[in-house]
Amino acid sequence: MEDLVKYLGNPRNQDAVLELLVVHARLALVPLLLGLLAALPIGWAAQRYRRLRAMVLGASNVMYTVPSLALFVILPGLLGTKILDELNVVVALAIYTAALLVRPVVDALDALPGHVLAASTAMGYRPLRRALTVELPLAVPVLAAGVRVASVSNISLVSVGALIGVGGLGQLFTEGFQNSYNPPIVVGIALTLALALVVDLLLVGTLRLLTPWQAGRPTARSAA
Amino acid sequence: MSRTWTRLFAALATGALAVGMTACGSDDPLQPADTTAPDGGTIVVGSADFTENVLLAEIYAGALRGAGANVTTKLRVGTRETLVKGLEDKSLSVVPEYTGNLLAYFDKTAEQSKPDEVYDALKDKMPDGLTVLEASEAEDSDVLVVTKETATQNNLSTVDDLGPKCGEYVLGAAGEWKQRWEAKINELYGCTFKEIRTTDAGGPVTVEALKSGQVQVANLFTTLSAIQANDFVRLEDTKRMYPAQQVVPFGRTDALNDAATDALNMVSAALDTDKLTELVSRVEVDKENAADVAADFLRDAGIPT
Amino acid sequence: MFPQLADWLTDPANWTGDGGLLQRIAEHLRYTIIAVFGAALFAVPVGLAVGHTGRGATVVVGLANAMRALPTLGVITLLSLQFGVLKVGPVLLGLGILAVPPILAGAYAGVQSVDRAAVDAAAGVGMTSWQRLWKVEVPIAMPLLLGGLRGAVLQVVATATVAAYVGLGGLGRPLLDGLRVTDYPRVAGAAVVVALLALLLDLGLAGVQRGVVPRGLRLASGPRSPRRRGPFSWGGNRLVEPADQAGIRS
Repeated sequence: MEDLVKYLGNPRNQDAVLELLVVHARLALVPLLLGLLAALPIGWAAQRYRRLRAMVLGASNVMYTVPSLALFVILPGLLGTKILDELNVVVALAIYTAALLVRPVVDALDALPGHVLAASTAMGYRPLRRALTVELPLAVPVLAAGVRVASVSNISLVSVGALIGVGGLGQLFTEGFQNSYNPPIVVGIALTLALALVVDLLLVGTLRLLTPWQAGRPTARSAA
Repeated sequence: MSRTWTRLFAALATGALAVGMTACGSDDPLQPADTTAPDGGTIVVGSADFTENVLLAEIYAGALRGAGANVTTKLRVGTRETLVKGLEDKSLSVVPEYTGNLLAYFDKTAEQSKPDEVYDALKDKMPDGLTVLEASEAEDSDVLVVTKETATQNNLSTVDDLGPKCGEYVLGAAGEWKQRWEAKINELYGCTFKEIRTTDAGGPVTVEALKSGQVQVANLFTTLSAIQANDFVRLEDTKRMYPAQQVVPFGRTDALNDAATDALNMVSAALDTDKLTELVSRVEVDKENAADVAADFLRDAGIPT
Repeated sequence: MFPQLADWLTDPANWTGDGGLLQRIAEHLRYTIIAVFGAALFAVPVGLAVGHTGRGATVVVGLANAMRALPTLGVITLLSLQFGVLKVGPVLLGLGILAVPPILAGAYAGVQSVDRAAVDAAAGVGMTSWQRLWKVEVPIAMPLLLGGLRGAVLQVVATATVAAYVGLGGLGRPLLDGLRVTDYPRVAGAAVVVALLALLLDLGLAGVQRGVVPRGLRLASGPRSPRRRGPFSWGGNRLVEPADQAGIRS
């Protein structure tokens, strides 16, 4: 315990830890957005075209079995990025996020009440307008569940990047381990949890903002 | 319907703002750091993933800041192989290196082992665009160690003594050891280990493996505090398999201007093996912050930071 | 890169002998099976209990979510320093923590998904609480429970590579060692083997999942029968979070 106090009391450590936290947040959240943006059209296409569906879902499942460390390392060769570039982690995590979110997009679109869609078409909505103003908002609750899960996943995966020297709270784990010193590891775990919690709360808040018609209605989600 | 649009837009804007704030926290993550010359650019000091190298990187960084450069550090990047790639693709500007191992990296057949010879040969082998500055007297060499019991029971004090017995022993070393030294140790000492097990680079795994008897021989580094703390016995490398390992700054010629070079040479001059061992011990044993220890050293040596 | 990868994978020297892929696969499987089994010992009873009694859901779901956020590398390094480096215990515990949330969610969602009418009917014919649980709820919950197990296995197989960081074996060994010397064919090869291992285990469990649907449900089944789903579906119940269907991993 006093070790922890001594470690946190040092302003240099504080600065280093804060910087790692910022880098970690960036490396987890940017891919979240990118992955979501990628999953939307892919999932939409997969839901629409039967033949694509099985292929896309299968591919995303396979994608998910590739160990993240390997993907971080192979990407420079494939993308031509520099070996220490953060972009490698961002792209890899965006791929995982997209792979994770494709299924919720498909499920969400599957679950759209047919009569609502029919009504909007009857009112004269063109496909694109219908997609953006009717299908997307209705899909949000299911998507949000997926995004929340993907955010926790990304936050956890970024720490693995420490094994290839990429920044993030994972560096606290490798540093602490090598020096046989607990405090950095404890701080790293605590901050990872805190980050996950904060991001989750933000996402829940955004969800409430986007689906005002659900306010007050108890759902399976509200237990979580 | 327009209310939905408004809400959607508000939510996206909030999200984008949140992401933007983290993304703009420091440099643009999608743009590689500009590591060109310090008159205007940023120097990126890299380090390998063991404590002493991290400490040396912090020392270099402090001295370079004193020379007026804008400095960032990329610590615990990995092994020499990764660091060299980082230098080549300009992600890094300079890293602390060791003359002997660096020479072996560029020339596997190198036979030199005395400090001056190693340094001269190393300068010769520098690829285009990369250079080594002045070498320090401070050395940190790989060293094979055994426990006190093993040494006394088998009368081991040099690697020569170990040679014929290697077949009974398991060696614990970092993942890259096998590729670098397996053939050489056989050639020089007739040593073929029963098994070469990957533990880590002079970290707790190797120490524990040796202590607990899971390995009987371990490859550590001469400045590690764990050697003395655990009463390990260093086996003398009589045939100089491990060449002289002077600490030397290794970096890109286009990234280090005169002021930077002078600063780093001052550091090299101020360091010696005893000092280095003491500094490393402060980080490893006393758990002090490496940058703190680096700052103390620079101040005591009179190098501006 | 790909020809070198193929070369590395087809070279028998990389498979046999000390430290060869066969040994690493065996180690990897050992860690996975023990971790998932241990997690199930804890998570299945808890999930069933919460689903059956309907009490404690908030606490348990909150606990599961918190466990999901724990970074495995951090947990393993901390436990290794506390309980001894080079011991398998810390790694198994860390991987077990990773496996608990999907199994918990699967058990809970499985029991919750049971048609209330069936449970009511069971009460109506005089079954006790225990009997209702074991004779009605659990058999019907099995597919979702197994779905949770599948998700857990997937996560653990992918994450067990970190065991190598603290000096243990498994497929993380060639991955990390290759990484240190930038031997990319080795790194990619290890990754491919991990992915294949995960796929094989998943297919196996999918088969079990299909076989475990109670006969009564199978007969009454329509298009939503789990039996009709392909190998990559984990049950499709919306109460089970998407992650458990795809598996969070490290």
